[in-house]
Amino acid sequence: MHEMGIAEGILSSAITAAEDAGATKINEVDITVGVLTEVMEDALHFAWEAIRTGTMAEAAVLNVTMLDARSQCADCGHEWGHDRYSGAQCPSCSGYLVRLLTGRELKIDSIDID
Amino acid sequence: MKVDIEQRILAANDELASANRSRFADHGVFVLDLMASPGAGKTSTILATIDALRDRYAIAVIEGDIASKVDAEKVRAHGIPAVQINTGGACHLESAMIRRAVDTLDLDALDLIIIENVGNLVCPSDFDLGESAKVMILSVPEGHDKPQKYPNIFQVSEAVILNKCDTMPVFDFDEAEFTSVVRSLNGVAPIFPISATKGDGVAEWAEWLAGRIEAAKAEAAS
Repeated sequence: MHEMGIAEGILSSAITAAEDAGATKINEVDITVGVLTEVMEDALHFAWEAIRTGTMAEAAVLNVTMLDARSQCADCGHEWGHDRYSGAQCPSCSGYLVRLLTGRELKIDSIDID
Repeated sequence: MKVDIEQRILAANDELASANRSRFADHGVFVLDLMASPGAGKTSTILATIDALRDRYAIAVIEGDIASKVDAEKVRAHGIPAVQINTGGACHLESAMIRRAVDTLDLDALDLIIIENVGNLVCPSDFDLGESAKVMILSVPEGHDKPQKYPNIFQVSEAVILNKCDTMPVFDFDEAEFTSVVRSLNGVAPIFPISATKGDGVAEWAEWLAGRIEAAKAEAAS
């Protein structure tokens, strides 16, 4: 259940940014999660609802965008989208020197505040 | 009002991890984050690795468990400094815990720190501790289908140790299938079949680790 630690990271970053902007209430928090992380969206919402209580994010909606995985081959430059099981080898030249472009994100994009 | 933040959610953990990493690099210490399920043989593998490398390198161990000092005591009984971290329920180690543990060690006197992460095939894979390399252990009784079920940990590992290979005749473990799925997830990580308690295969794994320790030392010296 490491979603709790991740939810805490979201909450503390969102509150810091909201306070910096002089806000008193957070309405929405937009985050991006790569599909290759071990984060379960349902568990994250559950953790979020548990920890936002008593903070300025008490009523804040957590909007989660799941981001697909893409890799690029270091040998031939081919770029492709993939699931968890087809990212290790280039489908074009069969090379194993591949670089993950997206899929492991865990980031806060923006917040909506008053 | 909408405000753009564009920040990593685990930014606090990642910043401390980067600080840990520079500290290890400055001292030329190689730090291994060893991840596996409970019961896969992490402590036995650590003890076998210590025996294989203790004549060449000064080693310390950081033990992560939800509770108890059992593992640290086993390592200390082996004559190796060990720090026990009790996470008190948390399913993985974080970089702040590593920083506190490292504060009690003499980095100048060490070549290798082995971190035994909390027994778990899921959560440790998402947390940077500032380690030099993440390595995982799967044990034969857990079954050859685990890479399909827990892909992330196989993807972030720089080497995969397959432990308890001496029990392969007893369990219906398909090594070829295991290797093929690991390859589909991770094209480069070497797979080391070992039996930590019997000693089989430990030398090959230890040599790979020694190569990485030497590379870290060379980088610190340059």
